[in-house]
Amino acid sequence: MSASSDIEPHRGSEFFQGVRASIPVIVAVAPFGVLFGMVAVENGFTTFEAVLMSAAIFGGASQMVGIDLFGANVAPWLIVFSIFAVNFRHILYSATISRYISHWTPLQRYFGFFLLIDPQFAETEQRVEQGHPISFAWYFGVALPLYICWIAEAGIGALFGRFIPNPQALGIDFLLPIYFLGLVMSFRKRPLWLPVVAISAVASILAYRTVGSPWHVSIGAAAGVLFSALLPPGERKAEEERP
Amino acid sequence: MSDIFWIIVAGAVLTYMARAGGHVVLARFERIHPRVEAGLNAVPAAVLTTLVAPAAMEGGPAEIAALATGAAIAFLGGGIMSLFLASATVLVLLRHFIG
Repeated sequence: MSASSDIEPHRGSEFFQGVRASIPVIVAVAPFGVLFGMVAVENGFTTFEAVLMSAAIFGGASQMVGIDLFGANVAPWLIVFSIFAVNFRHILYSATISRYISHWTPLQRYFGFFLLIDPQFAETEQRVEQGHPISFAWYFGVALPLYICWIAEAGIGALFGRFIPNPQALGIDFLLPIYFLGLVMSFRKRPLWLPVVAISAVASILAYRTVGSPWHVSIGAAAGVLFSALLPPGERKAEEERP
Repeated sequence: MSDIFWIIVAGAVLTYMARAGGHVVLARFERIHPRVEAGLNAVPAAVLTTLVAPAAMEGGPAEIAALATGAAIAFLGGGIMSLFLASATVLVLLRHFIG
């Protein structure tokens, strides 16, 4: 990354290169944006609240977790905490990309972090790997279409969801666990994925049966995270672990 | 204002703190402690698993078959969209035929 002294790239073309990179992401994410709107209304949200949640939080998995727990009558603070827990991984993203965007103004940086969702992070990492500097125009070009579509999809899903006659027969009530399974599987290349999933699954089921519904999320998650933190893989720089 | 409104506002503020926080906090350190990083790496899988496991436990044959189909597709290299569509199809068909 010594490109800061290069010729300033044309802003417009940088922006549209970003827009082009956002298109496949928009296609992949669209069904979930609409699904969110549908399930939100089914769990007691108004159309406005569904759209507001997509606009303000802009994070699919955490929004789904939020409405899932809201439908289960969980205490509000615990819902907020669960949203935070699901999005907590983003702290690593901003730590990682901050070295690519040191030439941005502080305002650009703190605006950019609002839009730092999983695909935005993935596209940024890819762009750096291809040897391009990360311009604000490019970053915004990726983020803006994603953001606009995500909000619009929540509205479409919320309005359209009311007209589905028999959600049970269409399996809409069980689409969330399937969606979460898909996300769980998407992390399967990570170290210790299988033991973490197994431990969190067993711990959450035990907690669900004993302590009760809201707590199985935090207890199950804590079990998996603690296991991973206490047992780093032996082969990964084992010498650094020794005091 | 409703509970939902405040849940959304508080969730959005905390989410933004997570998205900006890495820059504010972690970037000041030379590197993240390996145990902290290992723990953070496990967060999404751990949290999301707790939302699938009890639902799978409570589910009937149609629900179990749908989740098993999804897991199999992921292991065969399918993306999240194909997993989602195949699982939902299995679920709808089995619910229709089993009841």
